[in-house]
Amino acid sequence: MSAEQGVVIAAQGINKIFNPGSDEEVIALQDINLSVESGEFISLIGPSGCGKSTLMRLVGDLLQPTSGDLLVNGKSAREARLDRDYGMVFQAATLYDWRSVTKNVQLPLEVMGYAKEERRKRAQAMLEMVELGAFAGHYPWQLSGGMQQRVSIARALVFDPSILLMDEPFGALDEFTRERMNLELLRIWEQTGKTIIFVTHSISEAVFLSGRIVVMSPRPGRITKIVSNDLPYPRDFKTRSDPAYHALVAEVRELLRDAVGSGPPGAMHAP
Amino acid sequence: MTLDVEKRPSLARRIQRRLRYYSPTIAVAIGVIVLWEIIVLIFDIQQFLLPKPSAIFSEFMLQVNLWLAPDEGSLLFEASGATFWEALGGFVIGCGSGILMALITSRWTIISEATMPFAIAANSVPIIAFAPIMNNWFGITNPASKMAIVAIIVFFPTMINTVRGLTLVDASQLELMQSYAAKPARIMFSLRIPNALPFIFSALRVASALSLIGAVVAEFFGGPRATLGVYITQEAGAFDFAKAWTAILMASLIGIGFYLAVLVLERRLMPWHVSFREAG
Repeated sequence: MSAEQGVVIAAQGINKIFNPGSDEEVIALQDINLSVESGEFISLIGPSGCGKSTLMRLVGDLLQPTSGDLLVNGKSAREARLDRDYGMVFQAATLYDWRSVTKNVQLPLEVMGYAKEERRKRAQAMLEMVELGAFAGHYPWQLSGGMQQRVSIARALVFDPSILLMDEPFGALDEFTRERMNLELLRIWEQTGKTIIFVTHSISEAVFLSGRIVVMSPRPGRITKIVSNDLPYPRDFKTRSDPAYHALVAEVRELLRDAVGSGPPGAMHAP
Repeated sequence: MTLDVEKRPSLARRIQRRLRYYSPTIAVAIGVIVLWEIIVLIFDIQQFLLPKPSAIFSEFMLQVNLWLAPDEGSLLFEASGATFWEALGGFVIGCGSGILMALITSRWTIISEATMPFAIAANSVPIIAFAPIMNNWFGITNPASKMAIVAIIVFFPTMINTVRGLTLVDASQLELMQSYAAKPARIMFSLRIPNALPFIFSALRVASALSLIGAVVAEFFGGPRATLGVYITQEAGAFDFAKAWTAILMASLIGIGFYLAVLVLERRLMPWHVSFREAG
């Protein structure tokens, strides 16, 4: 994870305003400066309305910034999207009910015009990586929530994008499944060397997974601080009992408390 | 986490299971018919008010025999066939063009936003009232006049539901497609159309019932002798109520057949749908 590998995402002075000029104008992001190195695992954390999902969507070109410069792999976010540089995982697994597990994983390959045999082979390899090789012929509704999310991760990685954008991917899972998925994600990350942008509202998850934690505050969405986490990889369940881990969790929690406290009353309950 | 796919039970076992599942329904049906027969007998109800089920059944069997006899013919079966083709023709034309229109309009948001209010308004118009006009347009004995009514009746619900299915797509599923830089045609075929299938089929199920109602009621306004609507009005006018009721029975059978055909097609095309999943 050395810095020499180069900058993958460079955001400078990014602002995002929804409905500009109208009564419902919302400054979602204000003066965001962030640079992400290749192979980095970086988390965006903050209370609701801090713009962490918006920032992820800007990087993925699902939204466009109102102003500011954003370069991804040295190109615009749009070019990066058209070059299929992004794999995306959402909070809901968003699998297609009408497709079997393997057909779901093959979906991006179909869109991108891969040959049938290649599609099948790649999907099987990905399913084996997420330890669902035996479930290729099943349908999504036959799987548990955690398994569905693993299929969704396999689908995001199957076309070998350089960046993985994850929007609260384990937010809907129970605590035990979530911790297992965290370990699994770290293993996949170490195996593939992808750059991962991980949006979460779980402090422990952010600290456990990432090398840097971007703490954000709401109204307007801003970066409060970027916390470096030097806990060595590979991390496992023992990491969670490391005093350094607890110190980081406490630090992030303190930063978040300040962030929420500085907002107007009721800010925490906004959508 | 064991998810072994259950082995399919034997045919006999499945039939047995089915019978047990449907037995309350069958019992209710038999009960109603028996009760009907008893009430007519006890209260000595005139046959032109309400014929006995047994009378309707024997008339039905008589018609079946006439139909099967080599030199004879059954007007009832001839009428049923004619009405069936009118309903089917109208159903195919109406639903087909409804789905087609939905595909075209939903491709361009502006067109669908401009046309949907009209479609919804048209859907609440009693289209059957146009039957006499269609008779004038196409000729009273021309089956096209009835098909046209049926087609217009089923067109609007099919189109409205299909547009809904094509446009009510989960936002993150669309974002997913965007992240693959998928072209609109690909999004249409891989996401919007499969997403619309449950909507389309719920429209088709309604349309299957509507098409037979539309055909029979349109025939009430006039048509060839050998159609169910005309048959019912004529036999009722001649106080031959067993015959009229037999025609109603035929219309019901065709309607149920239509509905079941749509259901079978639905199961074939979307076996993944939640409504067909075997309960644990």
